[in-house]
Amino acid sequence: MVMEIVCPAGTPASLRAAVKAGAHTVYCGFADETNARNFPGLNFDRDEIRDGIAFAHDHGAKVLVAINTFPRAGAEPLWHRALADAESAGADAVILADLGLLAHAAQHHPNLRRHLSVQAAAANADMINFYARAFGVKRVVLPRVLSVQEITAINAETEVETEVFVFGGLCVMAEGRCMLSSYATGQSPNMNGVCSPASHVDYHDEAGALSARLGGYTIHQVAAGEPAPYPTLCKGCFQAGEKTGHLFEDPVSLNAETLIPQLAEAGVTALKIEGRQRSRAYVAKVVRNFRAAVDAQAAGLPMPEGMLASLTEGQAATAGAYKKTWR
Amino acid sequence: MKLTVGPNQFFWKPEEWSAFYTALAEAPVERVVLGELVCSKRLPFYQDRIPAAIEALQGAGKAVAVTSLALITLKRERKLSAELIEAGVEVEINDLTMLAYLPEGAGFSVGPLVNVYNDSTLSWLAGRGATSICLPPELPLDSVERLAHLGRDLGVAIEVWGHGRVPLAISGRCYHARLHGHSKDNCRFACEDDPDGLKLATLEGQDFLAINGVQTLSDSFACADHQIERLRETGVTRVRLSPHSGDFAAVCALYRARIDGQIERGAVAGALKTMQPGIPLSDGFLTGTRGAEWSGDSARTSSTT
Repeated sequence: MVMEIVCPAGTPASLRAAVKAGAHTVYCGFADETNARNFPGLNFDRDEIRDGIAFAHDHGAKVLVAINTFPRAGAEPLWHRALADAESAGADAVILADLGLLAHAAQHHPNLRRHLSVQAAAANADMINFYARAFGVKRVVLPRVLSVQEITAINAETEVETEVFVFGGLCVMAEGRCMLSSYATGQSPNMNGVCSPASHVDYHDEAGALSARLGGYTIHQVAAGEPAPYPTLCKGCFQAGEKTGHLFEDPVSLNAETLIPQLAEAGVTALKIEGRQRSRAYVAKVVRNFRAAVDAQAAGLPMPEGMLASLTEGQAATAGAYKKTWR
Repeated sequence: MKLTVGPNQFFWKPEEWSAFYTALAEAPVERVVLGELVCSKRLPFYQDRIPAAIEALQGAGKAVAVTSLALITLKRERKLSAELIEAGVEVEINDLTMLAYLPEGAGFSVGPLVNVYNDSTLSWLAGRGATSICLPPELPLDSVERLAHLGRDLGVAIEVWGHGRVPLAISGRCYHARLHGHSKDNCRFACEDDPDGLKLATLEGQDFLAINGVQTLSDSFACADHQIERLRETGVTRVRLSPHSGDFAAVCALYRARIDGQIERGAVAGALKTMQPGIPLSDGFLTGTRGAEWSGDSARTSSTT
């Protein structure tokens, strides 16, 4: 069986590009704080979601709507409307993280398929089975802290489908449980759908060095004239003890394309590509490559290798936690 | 308002661990949560000391709960977590995996590492048996207020993070081990030399965070001193103090005196600065600005002077 490719769409144009490039499934969100990629100029209004879903369905593709932030106390109707509108627009499933929102969806939208977002950080079979029992969750997006061996073990213990990240940005912290961004900027993935937001970034030039700062904290420093990487907090260069360096993670992105056969063997249903903030050209290229890879895998042919190297952040990629040595 | 002492987040030597809880039995706090929150590999070093500590604390009239791990992944950790239910003491869940083990109808408490951001989640947990909830440290006072009102209606005690380095993130990767060039599975307990975590600074020398094994904390110590009246108005019934090295019983006494009105607003912060010179304080999560801010002066300014 061909593994399902789940592709990001930050805009209607990206959605169409992903579908045309061979995406089995596209995920997207509404243009507000209900989704974890709440960036300016990104995401869909109600009409765009409806049209996007119709376009995808006409081409045999599915659309998942991410409503995966944690509703703010007192503002829950915004999230409840997102659920209702996703269902009426014909979404094939919603991707949720918050316990209360899952309960609401199970009660008020029982026929709307529910996926558990990576933001719920369900990292073991007991927790995944709990979500299936309590809220009828059909698929879980696994956190990026697990090795292939652990994913195999999880699939042996659950009927819930598993979806894993294979390409794009890499959180090194358990997702949905990280407040680093709000500590430095007041804006967090959980509450605002943003991490290390551009609105809090500044570049400071002093004595021949360029500092990329987030909320006033220097995250990277390069010699003047060199390109400074975007100051994503957990990919920064810091000092502790006697050491200076990328103490959490190097500025790398995830590329697990060579692990596709092992992930298939591990019982994974779907492969997820990160990057709703990316251009449609990027999305189309990544989708084409991964579609070719899963088709080759299903046909028993060798994996095409290294095709995506030029698209990874800073030209450096990692297989992340899938290889146990990452820890 | 009551005081809860949360679980020690760091890896202390067994005799220091025991001495801490012996001293805490005499401290003016109503409730103590203990056990291992951060890393299951630390537990064997002091696990056999836990029953005696529980007994001493209960003997001193305190309510006691044991915490779950913050991130449960390994088979061994799942087994350990399921067995926690049978310990005969209230369990504080800090990973929702625990809901898979808690029998329906059994009471439990919810720790600050569970995402309780809104009414629906609080109500669901109350329906499942939660009797108290320590809210995520990230929540601003207006969210705290709304949830405290609902908690009162549902009979769930609402607690907020009041003192100590703030837990900001948990990972599958051990940063202490990484710093020392070891893997997590062969960490050689690199975290044991840092009883309050290891300071992490920017390249310009600005103090920022602290690493503690798989956990990342704030460098600043949260301090609810300036927010006590507001917290009381909102209906918060408990304030959490998170253990650190030094005279922690004295820290408890300061907050007790502040809550009881024996010392004024600002007196706790002032005393902490004397006890731990150069210590940056913060309350920006509560005030809704950003976590690192301090409503007294700037935490970041004080940390660089």
